[in-house]
Amino acid sequence: MSDTIISQGWFTSLANPTRFLALSGRILPYLATAAVLSLLIGLYMSFAAPEDYQQGMTVRIMFIHVPAAWLAMMCYSVMAIASIGTLVWRHPLADVAAKTALPIGAAFTFLSLLTGSLWGRPMWGTWWVWDARLTSVFVLFLMYLGLMALHKAMDDSGRAARPAAVLTLVGFINIPIIKFSVEWWNTLHQPASVMRLDGPTIHPSMLYPLLVMAIAYTLIFFTLHLMAMRNEILRRRVQAMRRQAAQAIGGGA
Amino acid sequence: MIALLKRDLAIATRSGGAAMLGVLFFLAVVAVIPFGIGPDLNLLARIGPAILWIGALLASLLGLDRLFQADREDGSLDMLMMQDWFSLVLTVFVKSLAHWLATGLPLVLAAPLLGLLMNMTATSTGAVMLTLLVGTPAISFIGAVGAAVAVVLPRGGLLVSILILPLAIPILIFGVSASYAAVTDPDPFLPPFMILSAIALFFAALGPVAAAAALKGAAD
Amino acid sequence: MMSHEAFVFLSYAATAVTLTGLLAGILLDGRARRRELAELEAQGVRRRSKSAGGISS
Repeated sequence: MSDTIISQGWFTSLANPTRFLALSGRILPYLATAAVLSLLIGLYMSFAAPEDYQQGMTVRIMFIHVPAAWLAMMCYSVMAIASIGTLVWRHPLADVAAKTALPIGAAFTFLSLLTGSLWGRPMWGTWWVWDARLTSVFVLFLMYLGLMALHKAMDDSGRAARPAAVLTLVGFINIPIIKFSVEWWNTLHQPASVMRLDGPTIHPSMLYPLLVMAIAYTLIFFTLHLMAMRNEILRRRVQAMRRQAAQAIGGGA
Repeated sequence: MIALLKRDLAIATRSGGAAMLGVLFFLAVVAVIPFGIGPDLNLLARIGPAILWIGALLASLLGLDRLFQADREDGSLDMLMMQDWFSLVLTVFVKSLAHWLATGLPLVLAAPLLGLLMNMTATSTGAVMLTLLVGTPAISFIGAVGAAVAVVLPRGGLLVSILILPLAIPILIFGVSASYAAVTDPDPFLPPFMILSAIALFFAALGPVAAAAALKGAAD
Repeated sequence: MMSHEAFVFLSYAATAVTLTGLLAGILLDGRARRRELAELEAQGVRRRSKSAGGISS
């Protein structure tokens, strides 16, 4: 049988959980090393960057606040793409990707809210304000929590796959709202200074540490995500084996 | 489809249905506020529109899990699911509409009485009624998605509320914003009201489609 | 109000704690799953594809 190998695209070959485990196992050490390295470089650059003439050293919070916020949105976007994979192509691993990204995305959203609050207290004089940007990010956090609750409510690991996919896509409307909230509404949160059509308005001495930290956070996300996907695949295997064992006991002579 | 609408309405309004419960919960929430906050009439009038809106939102959310439960219990959900895609979307639309007529519309009609309890002016109450009239259908339509997702769970009611709440927040924001704009002088009423109407129309289209997709997904 | 340094320190500390906690959770979860798999395989439960002698992946 092995001499009639049908050539598969890499995407379809990734659909096989065992092959995914093998592949991800090989990539993971490099990915993790890259993540740690870029994080260390980014941290060094963040503390070597000059102080802001107005904010002083408090501006260093920007180097962990902005990447966390970016990752919070990117994580949800990854989940949305995975949800399309579940609903449209029924890719076997798509729902694993969507489910495992949830706690990671929730953590990044929590961090962006927390560091933003810790930055806002000295700079704006308040821990919290219900302006458009903060409110929509808070709504994003609620969405993450709701989806996690949905997955928990189903006993079978994969039962919530399609409903969760539908909900994720319905909630995706929040992502452009978050992005453009500072332009559409009069907000306390400052407008965009990096992802603009005219290009960034931050000075390179602060832009580069920011970008390196963003890369570090992205690598951290993918490392943690791959690890969590591997765990989820193992979890489903255990469930399947337990079910089979129970059937054998029940149906055997 | 008319027959389905009539059937759902009949089910909702007979004794086992939850139509009256929604209004009673609305009444309970709003009535409890003066006990908690104190009888300061000016304060009550100022927060009145917001309290009415929050009460209506909670009452709507809590009644949503009934949207498909009754059908699941008597087995007709399986028969509804056998329809083709377009008919299923239409079915969900009609069921959501029936749900709104049975639980949302009574909230709108109960608003004047509750406005009285909160010492609101006639304009204020009128604005709340108008925004609720547009906003409660939006809640019903997008709530159908949560109801469809949680239909397989035995105690899915609370989960539906948790899932739909983030999506219902914009409805609340613009509903309250428009209500306050009607009584505060320089604030424009139309922009938030138009956005509220747009959200309602958008959810009326998106809700049934997403709910049908969730139902199909849960059935597999 | 705390000093500005305290806010910066708290932010970085919270980030470190959260990310480390996430990593620890994932690592522990993986370890538990692998232990469960080992137990099941020791009991002689076979995965469907292996017992059927199907296409080896």
